[in-house]
Amino acid sequence: MKKRSLVSIDDFSTEEILKILDLTAEFEKEPTQKLLEGKVIATLFFEPSTRTRLSFESAINRLGGKIIGFSDASNSSVSKGETLNDTIRTVSNYCDLIVMRHPIEGSARFASEISKVPIINAGDGANQHPSQTLLDLYSIKKTQGTLENLNIFMVGDLKYGRTVHSLMMAMSRWKATFNFISPEELKMPDEFKLYLDNLGLKYYEHNDFTDIVSKADIIYMTRVQKERFSDPIEYEKVKNIYVLRDSMLKNTKDNMRILHPLPRVNEIHQDVDENPKAYYFEQALNGVYTRQSILCYLLGIK
Amino acid sequence: MKEPKQLSVSAIQNGTVIDHVPAKNLFKVIQILGLDKIDTQITFGTNLESKKLGKKAIIKISGVYFEDEDINRIALVAPDAKLNIIRDYEVVEKKVVVVPDSITGIAKCMNPKCITNFEHVTTKFRVVSKINVALKCHYCEKITNQENLHII
Repeated sequence: MKKRSLVSIDDFSTEEILKILDLTAEFEKEPTQKLLEGKVIATLFFEPSTRTRLSFESAINRLGGKIIGFSDASNSSVSKGETLNDTIRTVSNYCDLIVMRHPIEGSARFASEISKVPIINAGDGANQHPSQTLLDLYSIKKTQGTLENLNIFMVGDLKYGRTVHSLMMAMSRWKATFNFISPEELKMPDEFKLYLDNLGLKYYEHNDFTDIVSKADIIYMTRVQKERFSDPIEYEKVKNIYVLRDSMLKNTKDNMRILHPLPRVNEIHQDVDENPKAYYFEQALNGVYTRQSILCYLLGIK
Repeated sequence: MKEPKQLSVSAIQNGTVIDHVPAKNLFKVIQILGLDKIDTQITFGTNLESKKLGKKAIIKISGVYFEDEDINRIALVAPDAKLNIIRDYEVVEKKVVVVPDSITGIAKCMNPKCITNFEHVTTKFRVVSKINVALKCHYCEKITNQENLHII
């Protein structure tokens, strides 16, 4: 079998994405399947990301695989000055697949070119995090029954938010309409708007929540981080504008669901958590099933 | 009145003339083609008037002919370059430079957080725009545009 890695969501065709989503549904029905028995999976976290790592490790454990790896580069030979090249060439001798997170952009693509075993990119700097995109797609498909022609609202940091860029590009395969709600400083970059223009897809930009949210099928929330602002006064001005509260959901559609890649800070008020439209914790659970399905697909097991 | 002294950049007998090089990129062209390392006669003129480019440069290389693949490497810095292939003082062929679909090596990725700027990785780009050259990094997927283009 030809070695297959998942570095960027664009590595998968639409058919493959749908196949992964179908597999994910199977794992949701039956999460414990010993499909990775006898396999060793390396989880190399060159920067800490507890949530992503635990999600992958939970997926591997439920499949009966064994895990080797590190959760922080300071515990590894990287702190002795080993290059990524050497780490990957060495570790790929020890395992059947590598899940890696690295702060440098393009590191996962490079690793996939030198590794003997498949690589799953669990985040390379601000670049890609495709398992997040796939779990977002799964959550959307599951809650909406379809991926076609949905109205997606993206809120918060749309400039630096890797997850919103990847999700937007992915959803454009199914003719979505987009509404972008963000402060001026954190607007969706032109290159992505150009991308939608070229596909002839509609998008609208807003500076705050308006009645328009009543049209949303999905509200995708992200964190507005203080350190993204060049002027701290600007942050103080906008920090409370992008907080979603239960009272704002009154006129929203019944099928509407709120997603968030987590961790949340204050951008979704806790009073939303009990609302049936809050879906972010289920979304995190879907992440485990999605990662089970990616692992099995890349290893040619499913 | 005395005739002004004129240094003639004389015609070459055999070789290649590269015309319409933007004056500011002359030395980049020299570097990319490795002209600083060959031992045949090379003459060049720069800051010559050009309606199209403002100031252009011209390079005449004796006894050297380039493969298309090699010459297209200068497309990034001299997209309008025209080549005259000279044999026995006659122009026997004219060529233009074509921006290739992908670029390996040559250019540096402008993203300071790209792996190619940290480890020994040969840069690789897909050309996403050929008019105002824009390169998409194969690794970090960021765009390097004409203004930020640095030749390695």
